[in-house]
Amino acid sequence: MKFVDEFRDTEKAKTLTKEIHRLAKKLENKQGINQSRPLQIMEFCGGHTHTIFRYGIEQMLPDNIEMVHGPGCPVCVLPMGRVDDCVTLAERPEVIFTTFGDAMRVPGSKKSLLQAKADGADIRMTYSPMDALNLARTNPDREVIFFGLGFETTMPSTALTVLQAEREGINNFSLFCNHITTVPTIKAVLDSPDMQLDGFLAPGHVAMVIGERPFDFIAKDYHKPLVITGFEPLDILHSMWMLLKQINEDRSEVENQYTRIVPTEGNTPALEAISKVFEVREFFEWRGLGSIDHSGVRMKKEYTAYDAEQKFSVPNLKIADPKSCQCGEVVKGVIKPWDCKIFGTKCNPENPMGALMVSSEGACAAYYNNGYEKKIA
Amino acid sequence: MIDLENLPKTKFRGKNITLAHGAGGKAMRDLIDEIFVAGFDSPELTLLEDQARFDLSNLNKLGNRLAMTTDCYVVDPLFFPGGDIGKLAVTGTVNDLAVGGATPLYLTCGMIIEEGFPIDDLQRIVASMKSTADSAGVRIVTGDTKVVPRGAADKLFINTAGVGVIPETSNIQANRAQAGDVVVINGYVGDHGAAIVDARGELALEISTVTDCQPLNDLITEMLKVCPDIHCMRDATRGGLATVLNEFASSSEVAIQLDNTKIPVREEVRGVCEILGLDPLYLANEGKLIAIVSKEDSESLLAAMQKHPIGKDSCIIGAVEESPQGKVILETGFGGNRIIDMLIGEQLPRIC
Repeated sequence: MKFVDEFRDTEKAKTLTKEIHRLAKKLENKQGINQSRPLQIMEFCGGHTHTIFRYGIEQMLPDNIEMVHGPGCPVCVLPMGRVDDCVTLAERPEVIFTTFGDAMRVPGSKKSLLQAKADGADIRMTYSPMDALNLARTNPDREVIFFGLGFETTMPSTALTVLQAEREGINNFSLFCNHITTVPTIKAVLDSPDMQLDGFLAPGHVAMVIGERPFDFIAKDYHKPLVITGFEPLDILHSMWMLLKQINEDRSEVENQYTRIVPTEGNTPALEAISKVFEVREFFEWRGLGSIDHSGVRMKKEYTAYDAEQKFSVPNLKIADPKSCQCGEVVKGVIKPWDCKIFGTKCNPENPMGALMVSSEGACAAYYNNGYEKKIA
Repeated sequence: MIDLENLPKTKFRGKNITLAHGAGGKAMRDLIDEIFVAGFDSPELTLLEDQARFDLSNLNKLGNRLAMTTDCYVVDPLFFPGGDIGKLAVTGTVNDLAVGGATPLYLTCGMIIEEGFPIDDLQRIVASMKSTADSAGVRIVTGDTKVVPRGAADKLFINTAGVGVIPETSNIQANRAQAGDVVVINGYVGDHGAAIVDARGELALEISTVTDCQPLNDLITEMLKVCPDIHCMRDATRGGLATVLNEFASSSEVAIQLDNTKIPVREEVRGVCEILGLDPLYLANEGKLIAIVSKEDSESLLAAMQKHPIGKDSCIIGAVEESPQGKVILETGFGGNRIIDMLIGEQLPRIC
């Protein structure tokens, strides 16, 4: 398959892996980075976590490099209270509730959307908010709500859909906005006192929208090297090599490995659509991480008519994470998934207690599914 | 062969199925005579007894064990690229018998029809069942029809049960895989799943993949001729290749090591999976068998399979190892490994 297979080439992978091992060895000699004090590299994005496990990349890396699977899986970090709100909206008889597929299984305090669907709610899986708008066009007597979810990657398409609805005067379409922002979240991770990360693989699709500059503070103020990374396995290895090179040369810069997609300044029309429709919330609640300032967006007043939170009443209750969950510490790399008391026992993919067990992109689910189960008690 | 595009006109009156067609009276009798008895055209069915009857001495000649299976078919849409629910209903049951080493012989056909279902479609589906049964060398010998009010069923549901005979020489069981064996498949995986996703039309994919829905019994007969001792064999339907191999690994208490570069997946199917965030190893197939045989037997088996029209793309995709017990491990083809587990629930497309 063209434009895919080139980025999965085994020979190139071997060359890169060899170089990564060579650089890691140099670090061991120079800075005493070894298995007991490994270099901690965070891949922020769930898409990267998925690639890393799908291709077995962790096993290809030297022992003194540890991947920390960050909080960038929007499905995982959705708090239970918001899922409850979704269920409340979806169970209104006049509503067709539309959502991306993998949000269906996220547990709320009482049920998931999948269970609500079985109980009779009209919930439909869509691949694009435009599909939801189309449902609104063809079902004028129903209220179609789209569950807007994800980082800056998916924000432009929801924003453009709202603008399209406005242009066409479609009044039975609204958005339940749960979009979240990348940079404040990385900042929250960096500000956490137990943080010990040494570098970042930054999300390529977010950077495609927001550009390289918003990441500058990580290199400048926190002195952590960062590489904007694509999603194919060679992208990951290439970025890892770039990152190790920076660390070896005592540099902390923002570098862009994903130049085939990410322009330095981002995507201006996409950014315009976002700022037209959305504004930053004072704070947003994350499953596993708690409340983070400015980490979410809501719809601007001008678009109240398309804001499901304004149009319908939602309970908006805060539901605390189960006490036994240690997702926050896993996300920050303080502990590995198997160090959590309930990993693989009370918390497993069939019955997820914590955020990271919810989606296959969550670190705990990935560990569990990929058989890191010798560590399961 | 039956020409599905140019079916003979029936004497049957009316365009759509009504509740009267399930009420036990004259209308139902007409439906049975004109659509089912005429369409399936088997001597047992024509007698219109409440049961089909078989001469045991004929069955005894074929083997020493009777095999029986049943399956329900609720696919949506009813017609899809390369097949329809009728073809599926015959193929699926024939294949469930054949992968156990049985010679499939007789099928039953139960239909639950929603009020208002078009007679033309029903006739096409029955003809497709007959055509598939003929090609598999089986007969539909008894059946039942129920008509339910609009909304009580989705268009048409079919149940088929099948009976076959297992020859004395064969002993195919999910718990017989042993270290040193190899894993064989008869061609490309995921075609049926991709064709169904496309046929639902929600995604406007414009692909040309058709279902692989096909009876496997003739191929299996050829396989058993050169390799009577097939250890394990199943057809990889719902849950795909991954699920069948997990069943083998778990029942046999062995590990199965797969090589991703050897598993045949069509470019288009790979493309669909890339776009939709699905994994071809979990996509449904309707004409793919997975067999586990000893390494010594594998060469002659493969040669025989590749000579058969539905086995020409057969290949070895992996090997059985002692440990880790119960696990299926995929060598990713990139340098690492990953565990291929059973699916939890449905395969859901990822957000990003």
